[in-house]
Amino acid sequence: MAKAIYKPGKADKAFDVANIVILIVFTLIVLYPIIFVVNASFSDPTKIFDTPLLLWPRGFSLDGYTEILKNKDILVGFKNAVIYTVLGTVVNIAVTTLGAYPLSRKGFEGKGFFTIFFTITMFFSGGLIPTYLVNQQLGIVNTLWVMILPGALSVYNMILMRTYFQQNIPSELIESAYVDGANDMQLLWKVVLPLSTPIIAVMAMFYGVGRWNDYFNAMIYLQDRSKFPLQLILREILVQGQFGDTSQALIGSASAQMMLLKLTLKYSVVVVSTLPVLLFYPVVQKYFEKGIMVGAIKG
Amino acid sequence: MPNTTEVKVEQSDKRKERAKRWHYVKRHKSLYLMILIPIIFVIIWNYWPMYGVIIAFKDYSPAYGIWGSPWVGFKHFTRFFQSYFFGNVIWNTLRISIYSLIVSVPLPIILALMFNEIRVKWLKSTIQTITYIPNFISVVIIVGMINFFFGSQNGVINNLVEMFGGKSIDFLGSSGIFPHMYVWSGIWQGVGWGTLIYTAAMSGIPQDQYEAAYLEGASRFQCIKNITIPAIMPTIVISAILATGGIMAVGFDKTFLMQNASNLSTSEVLSTYTYKMGLVNGEYSFSAAVGLFSNLINFIFLWVVNKFAQHVGDTSLW
Repeated sequence: MAKAIYKPGKADKAFDVANIVILIVFTLIVLYPIIFVVNASFSDPTKIFDTPLLLWPRGFSLDGYTEILKNKDILVGFKNAVIYTVLGTVVNIAVTTLGAYPLSRKGFEGKGFFTIFFTITMFFSGGLIPTYLVNQQLGIVNTLWVMILPGALSVYNMILMRTYFQQNIPSELIESAYVDGANDMQLLWKVVLPLSTPIIAVMAMFYGVGRWNDYFNAMIYLQDRSKFPLQLILREILVQGQFGDTSQALIGSASAQMMLLKLTLKYSVVVVSTLPVLLFYPVVQKYFEKGIMVGAIKG
Repeated sequence: MPNTTEVKVEQSDKRKERAKRWHYVKRHKSLYLMILIPIIFVIIWNYWPMYGVIIAFKDYSPAYGIWGSPWVGFKHFTRFFQSYFFGNVIWNTLRISIYSLIVSVPLPIILALMFNEIRVKWLKSTIQTITYIPNFISVVIIVGMINFFFGSQNGVINNLVEMFGGKSIDFLGSSGIFPHMYVWSGIWQGVGWGTLIYTAAMSGIPQDQYEAAYLEGASRFQCIKNITIPAIMPTIVISAILATGGIMAVGFDKTFLMQNASNLSTSEVLSTYTYKMGLVNGEYSFSAAVGLFSNLINFIFLWVVNKFAQHVGDTSLW
């Protein structure tokens, strides 16, 4: 902000200091719950609650993590979640691109009609039960497909992507590719997509995180435990206080020890299930500005 | 009366226009094949359920199907309006969404303005990056973390309270505290990410406006008030309109996970009620009626607020 000519007065300096102090305190408040969970997950379960706040792991231990490896529900859930997320996101991006690209083309006949056709769904929906009945009629309840196909398209994301294409792919480029004899399909593959890494990365993040974090669809559409994604297992562990298949061993004198192990499992499983998202985050983060911001303003 | 040649010219113009369009469609067949795919998805999973909403006016039975089930008019709606739950559920929904509207619309704006005033670049981007993170954490984990912190047994906050000689507070099982827990956990998760659209809008403000203001001796607050806020006003209006359009849509996912027997008197909202009546009790038609009612109210709110925005300023959704 106008550094060269700007000479801060006293009031301005006070403003800056106050602003930064408040923001740093705020950031620490946002961050602390996450730090607490990470610390607790590496702590010795008998010592976690010696004092209320954990600033570092107390009595280092990996028990919580070894406990995860012994829990079949979590492992299967993790595998299922990876499958649903990867397949689902690929379908999401394909369907979104196939809608966004034609709509971004200058002079695309029927653009107005198609746009209205899509946007209506942003304001009106059938609701829970009618949607459930559709999936039931399609016969995809309790199958992999119900986790992939419904929700394949977010109209909001499609409009973001269309706007990105419009603003970042010069129409001269498209015209000259035409002159060189490329068809619409080749244009999409060879010209548009290679220029659209930022928006595709951002879309992959949005859709992917949504898929990875969703428990609702799995809860209402899946009945077989072997198909449950991680979030549904997490719900049992974190919200309902159940521990899947290890809980049968909870008998007699070993129970106190078991209870403690389960306590650390709660923390370690939070870390493990959030890690994939947080690893992906820095990779995509640099595209946020280009991807979202460009699209969002004039969306 | 127009003479015949004019009419003919007009007709042939129209025909030419149509031929031109047809030519375009034929030449760009693949574009239409592409867009056909998202259209099929939208027809199946958006428009088909919209048709299915008619079961709200029928007594749906799987044996007869959607079309074959007998019409019953507004029976399910009247039953809902007269039911013991109606007032309670509506009031709970409104309380949470209005509370959350009041808090979650202005806070990201204030935060974004504060971000914008940081001159140390690395500090700014570090703070932004950290405050975005909670947005990517799943609701299941958010509710799990609420339990870690606010649980009555070994909850961090209650341990602190007890350490200082206080008495443990039942945060999770209290119907009075539930709306606060719901709204502020949402703020923790979403406020940082919520700044993004405003930051985007601010990045479009030309720097020389600030320079000129400083030269004339404007203070920081004056710059914020007279340059930054007017520039992000359209974004603020759009966000506010969209937020009011969700007044009846208190999200199912988190509410359901935070619900328990002791806070149900404030935590039962339209979305959780629809779920329980429909998928748990199997009253499909009744539940569809409740869902349709809530969608309708949402749209009316959106429409009214949008009209109001059109009337007062020059920014609106359509």
